[in-house]
Amino acid sequence: MEIPRHWRLNQQRYGLVGEVCPHCDTKIFPPRDICPACGQDAKTTFAFSGRGAVFSFTTIYEAPTGFDETAPYTVALVKLEEGPLVTAQLTDLGEAHPEIGMPVEMVTRRLRSDGDERGMLIYGYKFRPVLKPA
Amino acid sequence: MIMTDIIVAGIGQTVVGEHWDASLRTLALQAIQAATQDSGGLKPQVLYVGNMLASSLSRQAHLGALLADYAGLTGIEASTVEAGGASGGAALRQGYLAVSSGLADVALVVGVEKFTDVIGPDLEAALASQTDSDYESVHGMTLTSQAALLANRYIYENQIPAGGLANFPLTAHANGVGNKFAMYRRAIGLDVYTKAEPVCEPLNIYDIAPNADGAAALVLTRRELLPNGFPHPVVRLAASTIASDTFALAERGDMLWFGAAQASILQALQKAGFTLDQVDLFEYYDLFSIFAAMSLEAAGFAGRGKGWELARDGAIALTGQLPCATLGGLKARGNPGGATGVYQAVEATAQLRGQAGQNQIEGARLALIQCLGGPASIAVTHILETML
Repeated sequence: MEIPRHWRLNQQRYGLVGEVCPHCDTKIFPPRDICPACGQDAKTTFAFSGRGAVFSFTTIYEAPTGFDETAPYTVALVKLEEGPLVTAQLTDLGEAHPEIGMPVEMVTRRLRSDGDERGMLIYGYKFRPVLKPA
Repeated sequence: MIMTDIIVAGIGQTVVGEHWDASLRTLALQAIQAATQDSGGLKPQVLYVGNMLASSLSRQAHLGALLADYAGLTGIEASTVEAGGASGGAALRQGYLAVSSGLADVALVVGVEKFTDVIGPDLEAALASQTDSDYESVHGMTLTSQAALLANRYIYENQIPAGGLANFPLTAHANGVGNKFAMYRRAIGLDVYTKAEPVCEPLNIYDIAPNADGAAALVLTRRELLPNGFPHPVVRLAASTIASDTFALAERGDMLWFGAAQASILQALQKAGFTLDQVDLFEYYDLFSIFAAMSLEAAGFAGRGKGWELARDGAIALTGQLPCATLGGLKARGNPGGATGVYQAVEATAQLRGQAGQNQIEGARLALIQCLGGPASIAVTHILETML
């Protein structure tokens, strides 16, 4: 069940909360407490906007346990507008074909199911194409 | 300060493949016995086991004691070294350190992996445990999809034509024909590659090395301890290095550059006092075609974004300027997980001794071998040299 392992990541999973370096202003996701740019302490939380663009993507047909029922699915590296890259699935693609540079925005979806009907459902961020006004 | 030469005194390996009849320990024993015999019966004081996934695939941990016991070596120092796909190379480095420090006279290094007891989603999940659990595999990422993300971006940024990476698997398969320990011993044509269905776009099945069972072993000692009448040309380990890079792919500042692969090769060349143009063969880590291309670039054999051209132009063939994957590489010899780095050392030693049969690189004296963990989050490099 591993409930604490997922519970302690709720802020990141539901709110895309990372950090900002108080020394060099680098935006950091996921949080790691040491700035990868300047090497100094960086524990100031920072909520990302959830907007970005597809940096690279692929589709998975042979999926690991916990994902095999939703295969095929598309995973991507999304370049957030604040700077960092984040690994996530693309969702709500409909008829659209993903492409590098496609603008996307964060949504919250079920990431995986943890076993049988009594297993845990794990939710977190995915990205969908930016909705255009009708 | 190393005052003596570290010699690869014994080599042994099993055929790489689907060994339904053999377990982790029986495979390891076959390789250990072959290497020990090849060394003239040297007795090890230490055993380092390179393995990646036995805990999940074989429900077996604690391989050091298990294999020392099973090989009739109870009493000696024994432990497991794990560094993802580079586990075998990392175990070899531990053997090198033990013998070069003088703390051991003879070290036994065995790499072993038993993939085929688990198939389907459970195997994919075990493999995915090598990615970042909290930020990659929880999103359904796999090792193969990491490579596909790299390849997609590489092709996009460098404007690689369709099929531009094809000659990596084609060369590997051509070389596998002459290796009796290889999983695949049949050459494939460009049409076969071109017609293959994508597995994880832009990768097709020929861009991905097959997971398979296998074990390989090495006996290391110092030159003055070689038995009288040692029957082989003497091959030494001239350098041994490991470097690391960011763990998750997304956190790498420059994704299309294998920084750890570069650093470990630069350090190895510097320590051994060699330059790239002295290298006679390169056993790179072609778990995926894109890894081979980026490894050639990181090593400095090709400019950034140009590694694929060495394959296209035939430079990596047995008869080319820089023979690579000379006994099939991961693609055709097969990918025995944590045993891979040990297989590479066995193969390089065979080449440098002149024992590579129809795949022999004439006059080969210097071999560069490199294995990677994850998308080069770890890179282990060794240089082997024939002694005159």
